[in-house]
Amino acid sequence: MEQQIEVREGVDRETIETVQNMGSYKYGWETEIEMDYAPKGLSEDIVRLISAKNDEPEWMLDWRLKAYRRWITMTPPTWALLDIPKIDFQDIYYYARPKSMETRPTSLDEVDPKLLATYEKLGIPLKEQALLAGVTAPEGERQVAVDAVFDSVSVGTTFREKLAEAGVIFCSISEAIREHPELVKKYLGSVVPQSDNFYATLNSAVFSDGSFVYIPPGVKCPMELSTYFRINAENTGQFERTLIIADKGAYVSYLEGCTAPKRDTAQLHAAVVEIVIEEDSEVKYSTVQNWFPGDEDGKGGIYNFVTKRADCRGDRAKVMWTQVETGSAITWKYPSCLLRGNDSQGEFYSIAIANNMQQADTGTKMVHLGKNTRSRIVSKGISAGRAQNTYRGLVSIHPKATDSRNYTQCDSLLIGDKCGAHTVPYIEVKNNSSRVEHEATTSKVDDDQLFYCRTRGMDEEEAVALVVNGFCREVLQALPMEFAMEAQSLVAISLEGSVG
Amino acid sequence: MTIVEKASALDARLGTLLVPAGGFAARARRDALERLTAMGLPGRRDEYWRWTNPTDFAATEPKPAKALAEDEAPIFGTLDRLKIVFVDGVFDAAASDDLALEGIEIARLADAPDVNWASGFYGTLEAAGQVPVKRPFATLNTVAATDGVLIRVTGKPSKPVNVIYIHKSDRSDPILHHCIRLEPGAELTLLENGPAGARFNGVMEVDVADGARFHHVRAQGRDHDPRAITHIFARIGAEALFKSFTLTVNGVLTRNECVLSLIGDDAVAHVAGAALGDGAKDAFHHDDTVFITHDALRGESRQVFKKVLKHGAQGIFQGKILVKPGAQKTDGYQISQSLLMDDDCQFLGKPELEIYADDVKCSHGSTTGAIDETALFYLRSRGVPVEEARALLVLSFLADAIEEIEDEGLKDEIVSRLESWLARHRD
Repeated sequence: MEQQIEVREGVDRETIETVQNMGSYKYGWETEIEMDYAPKGLSEDIVRLISAKNDEPEWMLDWRLKAYRRWITMTPPTWALLDIPKIDFQDIYYYARPKSMETRPTSLDEVDPKLLATYEKLGIPLKEQALLAGVTAPEGERQVAVDAVFDSVSVGTTFREKLAEAGVIFCSISEAIREHPELVKKYLGSVVPQSDNFYATLNSAVFSDGSFVYIPPGVKCPMELSTYFRINAENTGQFERTLIIADKGAYVSYLEGCTAPKRDTAQLHAAVVEIVIEEDSEVKYSTVQNWFPGDEDGKGGIYNFVTKRADCRGDRAKVMWTQVETGSAITWKYPSCLLRGNDSQGEFYSIAIANNMQQADTGTKMVHLGKNTRSRIVSKGISAGRAQNTYRGLVSIHPKATDSRNYTQCDSLLIGDKCGAHTVPYIEVKNNSSRVEHEATTSKVDDDQLFYCRTRGMDEEEAVALVVNGFCREVLQALPMEFAMEAQSLVAISLEGSVG
Repeated sequence: MTIVEKASALDARLGTLLVPAGGFAARARRDALERLTAMGLPGRRDEYWRWTNPTDFAATEPKPAKALAEDEAPIFGTLDRLKIVFVDGVFDAAASDDLALEGIEIARLADAPDVNWASGFYGTLEAAGQVPVKRPFATLNTVAATDGVLIRVTGKPSKPVNVIYIHKSDRSDPILHHCIRLEPGAELTLLENGPAGARFNGVMEVDVADGARFHHVRAQGRDHDPRAITHIFARIGAEALFKSFTLTVNGVLTRNECVLSLIGDDAVAHVAGAALGDGAKDAFHHDDTVFITHDALRGESRQVFKKVLKHGAQGIFQGKILVKPGAQKTDGYQISQSLLMDDDCQFLGKPELEIYADDVKCSHGSTTGAIDETALFYLRSRGVPVEEARALLVLSFLADAIEEIEDEGLKDEIVSRLESWLARHRD
């Protein structure tokens, strides 16, 4: 307990310093690097080309083509409370790879120094001895393995040998398709089927890379795994696919980060994350999403249209999604849990911040199918500027999911009178031994709290950052430590310019 | 349904209607028909009908529904009130009271003079209530309502007005449309009771002017078979009060829509409902759909909906609070709770908030679960027989909704109906 308070106090101080020292979007620079592009637009040929670039077997190409043929018959979903400008899917590059990645590097030493420098600058050194930048080593060395995805390709994965010793497979998905086809064949599309939704189907056709994790039975992954997504090239969409499999009795904590340069034109990011959780295993998935949000007038930014789903297949399987959504011009994202196994558990902790012209429609689905399943949703939405922020969620207790339990809490905070905060929960309870509770509140930043902070010598922006961090603390506490610190400072940065 | 299918379903439905010709509402009916043609009738795939199948309301003919033989004294029977009786949607002059009362003008849609206060009002709140969600059955009602009451309140009438619906024919299909206006400072208590027919489509438009007070208590009757879709559209002015309570017991299919707009500063709107359903005899499907818009300063709204569901009964709640830009200091509250008495029951809900003003206090809560076994055990340990204990806990569960009725006499009437229903449905 004591330690927790200490961390929080330290972070609060850091938050304030960050606000003082930083420009608005820290990761808006661009890496100048020669790129190979596939021709603009989407067609069967592009799908074939992506497949060929990754040296994929025939079955993979067939799978992609099937998705593509379905996708061309589909229309984008319109039910979200979002104003999405029409996207010209033929005006996007679906594949962009640094020229230096043409021959696949066999180890990190062979990776283009420019790429390594990019990640270094982002605070994600691709070196095996290093920790995430900005973190002082706690007692006992903590290590995090990283898969770094740059535009359409994975540039490197650290700690592979060390992980392999434990039997853990951690590599790019393109590599997994070549090296572990039996696993990929068995699990790919088994949680998010090709036909799931417009953006997931598009992803199934054109995903270029992403991360693959397999934790064998009984193994507790010896370190945290992470993927860092960087969009660098202009007019390029990023379509990555992540597949995580926790076999019986396994455990893994997985972190995801993302950034992109400042640009005037919007870019599309349509990812799919599938997590398979077998009996007695547990997966924690934490995201700090910090894509470029566009400028104050809503120019540019990333359209983040992501499908994430975890399938608790076995009894006593457990999944925990934690997300901090601060970036993106538009967010359309609903990390979900299928609670199939008896006694399985799903948790969703979310902070979504929308400032300026940002729009976010995000939430979760908890589908209770097994007996005695539990779920918990804690969502904190913060709107400022002229932003619109919506929580959208489903809690569904099926007739056979007896003795299940859900608790949902959705709180919204409004800063300024030009923004909007919305809550759209769906609740379906189909047996009487289960108990479902839902609470939601909407309020503004408390004047008394602000006044108190001001009397202690903080300026208004610092005071707001502090109050907002307090509002989010239940979610921040659910994050792994490094992420919690990054998230706290992000909360402050994202709200810059929202007061006064 | 595709647009073409929707249009043909609408054509078929319109073909069976006898749209009254002439009269002061003729123009409003024509406008409504134009709107209805543009929107069509809802189908199963409409998001707004996610959990309630609209097919039975859209069908050309109603499904037959037997009238329940009277076995208890009618509700509100002992109160001093002004009775207006409709039998299967047809006005029964003999059973009704004289419509003259101090401080209030009462007329009927079917025989109102061409010049009356409701011309220019009929259908307007219904039309305004079509944004952002379409409610085609209300528009259909505006097109084809055969009768209804037109009530204009200028003072404080000495007794409540009681609209009594009697269901006799197995195949009656009444469409009634009431228009109510409370002039500034006026007060009215309106009571409604009984199932109106085998299939009932009701609309009530209520204009509560500044400083006026409107109380509405409704008991939808005990018949098992009927289907009903009702709509209340209300506009509430500055410092005005609107309070509505509905008791629903039984009924194969009931959808009660309530669309309220707080347009004056310091307006107050409360809407509450208690629904008890036993699916053992036929089905019970009850849907409360509420949409409250705050468009003025310091508005207060409360939604309190409680459902007790047995033997496969289904309860639906779709509630929304919309706070428009500038509607500062809004206080919006919404609670929906369901008690599932056995394992086959379902509660499906969507409690929504859509908020565009920052200095507001809005919250909603929803809980669903079984009866509290600890409380049950406690009562039994004090010597209360199990069935009585269960009934007691159900009543206490419903208390918050019943508390929304201000008048003690009316509250007692409702509680006595709840008790007798619980006594009949012990098992």
